[in-house]
Amino acid sequence: MAKVAMTVNGRKVSRECEDRTLLVHFIRDQLSLTGTHVGCDTSQCGACVVHMDGKAVKSCSILAAQAAGAEILTIEGLAANGELHPVQAAFKANHGLQCGFCTPGMVMSAVDMINRYGARLDEKTVRENLEGNICRCTGYHNIVKAILAAAEEMGAAGRQAAE
Amino acid sequence: MYATNYHRPSSIAEAVALQSSSDEAKYVSGGMTLIPTMKQRLAAPSDLVDLRHIAELKGISVNGSRVRIGAGTTHAEVSASPELAAACPAICHLATHIGDPHVRHMGTIGGSIANNDPAADYPSAMLALGATIVTNAREIPADDFFTGLFETALEDGEIVVAVTFDAPAKAGYSKFPNPASRYAMTGVFVAKAEGGGVRVAVTGAGANGVFRHAGLEAALSADWSADAAASVTVDAGDLLSDIHGSAEYRANLVKVMAKRAAAAA
Repeated sequence: MAKVAMTVNGRKVSRECEDRTLLVHFIRDQLSLTGTHVGCDTSQCGACVVHMDGKAVKSCSILAAQAAGAEILTIEGLAANGELHPVQAAFKANHGLQCGFCTPGMVMSAVDMINRYGARLDEKTVRENLEGNICRCTGYHNIVKAILAAAEEMGAAGRQAAE
Repeated sequence: MYATNYHRPSSIAEAVALQSSSDEAKYVSGGMTLIPTMKQRLAAPSDLVDLRHIAELKGISVNGSRVRIGAGTTHAEVSASPELAAACPAICHLATHIGDPHVRHMGTIGGSIANNDPAADYPSAMLALGATIVTNAREIPADDFFTGLFETALEDGEIVVAVTFDAPAKAGYSKFPNPASRYAMTGVFVAKAEGGGVRVAVTGAGANGVFRHAGLEAALSADWSADAAASVTVDAGDLLSDIHGSAEYRANLVKVMAKRAAAAA
């Protein structure tokens, strides 16, 4: 057992855990942030995606100890002041979810790809960048629509802020 | 996962000391193979020595025609590097199609080649580019580095520090991804050196891991074209057969991927 400290959704946290504890279990069991899901547990499905130091990673394939000292962002950290994040709002508006199990990972992946591509994001790029996220309900079509809508919305907001 | 002890060295010397202090210690870089393998209890290192926080393993540099990629460089970093895009765009293309974006944010070139998975992408690039694998102890030509399935010339405790190679005159990579899991069922990297020498390396298809193909090299030396690659006979004798494809099927994939790689170069 060792003390593992990191910043999760802007809050400094520190917990005792075994070195073999996976980041996803640290987040869910130790911090009670259960929005991050365990789907396949074999690093295929992407339900466990969180951001580590600003980059999307699969928290089921990383030890909590590897993430010590890092800034972690989970689905719970996206909404601000009771307002859905634009990606969350776009998933809702575009019916980008059905059962919702994959949604936290989808949304975190979407935010990551919008961060990386910004206005250059097109449908082909979105589909390629969903390689690591599996959804068994929607057929992906509305997820892709939601991500493109959010990218446009966030681009427009960015342009307004710049003006 | 069995219990393990995690260590985070900040230098290569410290990492080597930590690794040598236990018989069952393993280095972990991005961990995108090792952690899932440990979860399946197919590996159970007593100690994990994390290489992600060692500055000496980071960075990409291009000096004249000589390219150096630090072993701790992630696939995402290779994919997005403007220096590499100018010197050898084929390696950026290769890195862009490893795993998925989340895996590419963690997985590293050093980890990939040290693991030498027979379906990994990077070993083909190293072999075709005639790269040198720089370790903390010596420099190993790629021709001598990859010795079999998950086997390399690395000694116990030896760390891959960087890979270096001369920017090729042209190069291309094409793979046939497994339809479900996306690993390379067959991947072919073709490279023509500034001096004119052609090297062709095949991953995913060999029963003994990555290998060079003399017939494709001769054909592309004489005539760098998809048609030239198509004229080569690929022997199925030493190729993998599994539920995803027979050796004969992979032999045809080698030819088709070589055609595409040559055309893309």
